[in-house]
Amino acid sequence: MSMTCWETVQAYAFRSIGIGENLLPKSDFTLCQQFTLIGSGMIWNLYFGVLALTFGFFLANAVALAKNARNPLVRKPAEWFVFVFRGSPLFIQFFLAYEALILLPKFPGIEATLVAVFPVEVIISIDIGSGWQTRAWAGALLVLFLNTSAYAAEIFHGALKSIPKGDLEAAEAYGLTGWKRFIRIEWPTMLRLGWPGYTNEAIFLFHATTLVYFSGFPAFSQKGDALYYANYFADKTFNPFVPYPIVGFYFICLTLLVTTIYGAVNKRLNRHLPSNQRQKIRLRPNLIR
Amino acid sequence: MFAACADPKSIEGLTWGFCYLTSGKHVDFYWSFVVVLALLAITAPAALGMGFMGATAARSHIAPISWLGKIYIWMVRGIPDIIFFLFFVIALDQGLEYLKSLAVCDGGAWPWQGLEFRVCQEAKVPLGASSSGWHQAYGFGLAVVTFAIVFGAFVANVIYGAMQAVPHAQLETAEAYGMSRAQVFRRILVPQMWVYALPGLGNLWMILIKATPLLFLLGVKDIVYYARELGGSKTQAYEYPHGDWRLWYFLGLLVFYLVFTSLSERVFARLSRRLSKGQATSGGKAMRKAAA
Repeated sequence: MSMTCWETVQAYAFRSIGIGENLLPKSDFTLCQQFTLIGSGMIWNLYFGVLALTFGFFLANAVALAKNARNPLVRKPAEWFVFVFRGSPLFIQFFLAYEALILLPKFPGIEATLVAVFPVEVIISIDIGSGWQTRAWAGALLVLFLNTSAYAAEIFHGALKSIPKGDLEAAEAYGLTGWKRFIRIEWPTMLRLGWPGYTNEAIFLFHATTLVYFSGFPAFSQKGDALYYANYFADKTFNPFVPYPIVGFYFICLTLLVTTIYGAVNKRLNRHLPSNQRQKIRLRPNLIR
Repeated sequence: MFAACADPKSIEGLTWGFCYLTSGKHVDFYWSFVVVLALLAITAPAALGMGFMGATAARSHIAPISWLGKIYIWMVRGIPDIIFFLFFVIALDQGLEYLKSLAVCDGGAWPWQGLEFRVCQEAKVPLGASSSGWHQAYGFGLAVVTFAIVFGAFVANVIYGAMQAVPHAQLETAEAYGMSRAQVFRRILVPQMWVYALPGLGNLWMILIKATPLLFLLGVKDIVYYARELGGSKTQAYEYPHGDWRLWYFLGLLVFYLVFTSLSERVFARLSRRLSKGQATSGGKAMRKAAA
């Protein structure tokens, strides 16, 4: 049975989220199948990346401010949070979270409190049926969210520290103090100064999403991310020279997209400055966490 | 191992804990930390060498060499590195077996046929009959080469930037003194570039430390492998039965990495202070001011 490429796309484009043909191709792999299935897996990379970045942005701001606080009761926890998540491998964090999520049901008390405290109660949804999947996906998301928050908090904290003193003095001269000074002067300047670094962090985080299915969180009924399918093809065909470059291609596209979106935000943050003083986004090579 | 541990089922409390932690498997676990440190000790200089060559190539005046260097540097941009890790290990393995098959197999058929990679039995690396020790060593060797290639590209990027950061006037002055291009490179550029490269290299070292769990993905029995093995729940059939302790083992690994990275951070802070001495950078200037 051979399918045209369009039929393959129809069958497998949403395979990673369980829509369409259930059986993965077993032999006679075509380039079209590889492109479609790996592309389908990218849905998960996007899901993890977009959600972690969206939630992470808020936590990162909070942690950056806490790290800048004078009160040690506020500052110390923030410093430890950043230290733990930046000082250890993401891989180990994934494993730890996974084990913790497995053990959690054994402590109903803790589980109940967590459900009450966190709005992301899906993590600990107790129904057995689909529970495992939601657990793995939400667990990985939680780790990525905390991890990116720590990295971004460090970037924003650095930016907060490098706000020109003159700007703050000028704000005071205008009678802006406290909250008003923060929301009108400090916060926008912090974002502006930190944005190029934050852009790199965003790209970096999308790349880190490839680690999810290699770190204990299993892919259920073969619903995995881009690398999961690439690995599937590499295993079946004994030929790494096709699937991995395809993943690479998708990620280059994703990197370009992220750069465009974050570049637009950067432009807006810098709109009041003369063109020679604007912060430019410089892509730095992306590294392993 | 110890006489007191001869019958694990009959001991309790602290003795049990002591015997448990000194069991044969645990000793293997402790050795795997040495494997990780060995990987770092071999990879770091290898990557530094690769990076130095890459950066020098990228600065070359001969176009093809400079392209090669630049492609090597930009290769890592835009693509997640784990893909390189998965790719290089298979590609290197198959490349080696192909080269060996040219020498030892007769016929010399093209090994990539349809869905299979096929070389004759004699060309397998390591040979199918080799001991598991050889397989482990081979896996470790592949990991070292892969780490060196990938991290070499990162290092090349840092060193290339550092070479560009050395004030141009310094190089021009050296040329005005009649130094040849090689002399300028050796006497002026390289000694001065380290202070600019250090922050980037320090960062890379941290990242290299944090990349070591990838050994597990490459099939080496590393600390992650043993943490999973030892932590998994053990029934009464085992000498030391216990529940699922993986969480605690991974917590241990977390602490190991945290201590390691924070120690490194301190060492690099010292090194940077050392290298800034007498340099034309803001750090060096601050030091001169403080001394005066």
